[in-house]
Amino acid sequence: MRKFAIAAAFAAMTLAPLASTITAQASDITGAGATFPFPIYAKWAEAYKAASGVGLNYQSIGSGGGIRQIRAKTVDFGATDAPVKGEELTRDGMLQFPMVMGGVVPALNVQGIGQRGLRLTGPLLGDIFLGNVKKWNDPKIVALNPGVTLPDATINVVYRSDGSGTTFVWTEYLSMVSDEWKTKIGTNTSVQWPVGVGGRGNEGVSGTVRQIDNSIGYVEYAYAKQNNLSYALVQNKAGNFPVPDDSSFQAAAAAADWSSAPGFGISLNNQPAAQAWPIVSATFILMYAKPADPAKSTAALKFFDWAFTNGDKLALDLEYVPMPAPVKAQVRAYWKGITDTAGKPIF
Amino acid sequence: MVAISEQTYKNATAVTRRDNPFRFDPLFAALSKAAAITVLVLLAGIMISMVYGGWDAFAKFGTGFLTGTQWDTMNDNYGGLPAIVGTLSTALIAMIIGVPLSMGTAIYLTQLAPGWFKGPVGTAVELLAAVPSIIYGMWGLFVFVPLFAAYFQVPVSQVVEGMPILGTILYARSPSGLGILSAGVILAFMIVPFIASLTRDMLDQIPTVLRESAYGIGCTTWEVVRHVLLPQAGVSIIGAIMLGLGRALGETMAVTFVIGNANRLSASIMDPGSTIASRIASEFNEALGMQMNALIALGCILFFVTFVVLVIARILVSRVKQY
Repeated sequence: MRKFAIAAAFAAMTLAPLASTITAQASDITGAGATFPFPIYAKWAEAYKAASGVGLNYQSIGSGGGIRQIRAKTVDFGATDAPVKGEELTRDGMLQFPMVMGGVVPALNVQGIGQRGLRLTGPLLGDIFLGNVKKWNDPKIVALNPGVTLPDATINVVYRSDGSGTTFVWTEYLSMVSDEWKTKIGTNTSVQWPVGVGGRGNEGVSGTVRQIDNSIGYVEYAYAKQNNLSYALVQNKAGNFPVPDDSSFQAAAAAADWSSAPGFGISLNNQPAAQAWPIVSATFILMYAKPADPAKSTAALKFFDWAFTNGDKLALDLEYVPMPAPVKAQVRAYWKGITDTAGKPIF
Repeated sequence: MVAISEQTYKNATAVTRRDNPFRFDPLFAALSKAAAITVLVLLAGIMISMVYGGWDAFAKFGTGFLTGTQWDTMNDNYGGLPAIVGTLSTALIAMIIGVPLSMGTAIYLTQLAPGWFKGPVGTAVELLAAVPSIIYGMWGLFVFVPLFAAYFQVPVSQVVEGMPILGTILYARSPSGLGILSAGVILAFMIVPFIASLTRDMLDQIPTVLRESAYGIGCTTWEVVRHVLLPQAGVSIIGAIMLGLGRALGETMAVTFVIGNANRLSASIMDPGSTIASRIASEFNEALGMQMNALIALGCILFFVTFVVLVIARILVSRVKQY
């Protein structure tokens, strides 16, 4: 009996703090989804908690998981890299808006080139990833890069083996610039790669590219920069070879017509602006138009509003690109579409 | 000493004397029965939910799921053959490399090694078994794969290029170092400690008198090992190998790092591929709808294959007890 009393006291001691943490977390905003924006959402959440006392519990389980979770209504918002189609948004009664942007770069590991030493075009990237161009000293690559000594080595293609918004952006770009890619492979979060090896996640691809000589992969710009990977300059629609950085990413976003697709689900790839980096995408938030818990959704919108107002510097520090001001204004107006049960906008 | 222990014994019997010393036995029996039933319920629950989760895929593709080579997320057309072949071929390579290594280690440790050497090597083997699989994967990707590409894949590919059969099986179209063979080799490293330490324990259990009589009638070391020790421990060793095979079939993290994660079927073991476990690990996060069903169906197949392997191991191990 005494033993039982001790055990009960012990259980109470361990469970009591657990119970209190559960109640503390109950007021937090919950979200789940895309892994790509996780670092900036975490950073914003930390700063917002310090400013307002409201915490954000964001689980980076992947875009597909984010869509599953918001459909199951277990979170206040879902996050996805690849935009959800307009008809699916209407069917589920959901709204979608962009939060932050990033660029995708072809990461390279080729002997004898500097960090920005190689120039490639979209169609050539398509041929490399289709396996049509097999060697680094292919005449097509040499012609674009006079003065660069390219090795007589097989090109090792590296792709994302997991479903990923980055893959969606990359294959969408290749479909835009290569007809053969469009008909044979297409655009999706994962596709049937004709050649190459797969790495898991941006870090898997950057790690594999770094380990394997004569390889080419595609990663979010932030990963290429943080891992000091060299990358290729890609010719844009205007014929220039812009350097991938926040100004060339924002150039792509500024020129785009955001209202042309439901839920802002437009493509920022291959934009015609003179200095636009050709492979850019936004990452999106999904919320219900009539949320079950309007108070929690209001808290989430307040967080997003705070991030739009105060978060640009933090985003740039982490190599993300903030949304241009006119787009932020459009998104804020769009939030009026989220209403409580009486039909009154909650924000 | 004797006096103290007698005193302790008397005290102990005095303290533990109870009215009915057996009244806790039914409770104990019920608790252990509950534990055993929990395991059974868990197993049944996993099995049922796997079959249920994968049912849509099995129903839609039928046997085509076992023979199909497509893994097309756009048109929701799935076939598991490349992953099934990858699972079986990496496990087979791991066996071909790992079993002789394990046998050699175990025989050396029990029969040939000098006493002072047995301890450190035995401990090293057991430490290898405790290394987490992600460490094997990272070591594989960062250390093994570049060396393997430069000093094995490239030269071998150049030699076998154009040859019949070998030119197909061993030719690397893109010598990245990642592939079925690399995964098989890493798996072999991972299963050696298991098989070797189990085999060592089994060889140690063989009565010394058997070995000594064999040496006494003039057998060479090879003859003792081949005709006395291995037949004695043979079936238990097969059981140990089966356990290693079970691990090789289901290993996920290390394989995902080094296999190249390609959803393609290739005749060459130098080419990248994927296993059931690595594909599930890669795609599960982002899978929706039919893709999720197909992944669970693949898991179901892996479950079945592993189950069959373990049942065979059980049968073999129980057979040895009859001797």
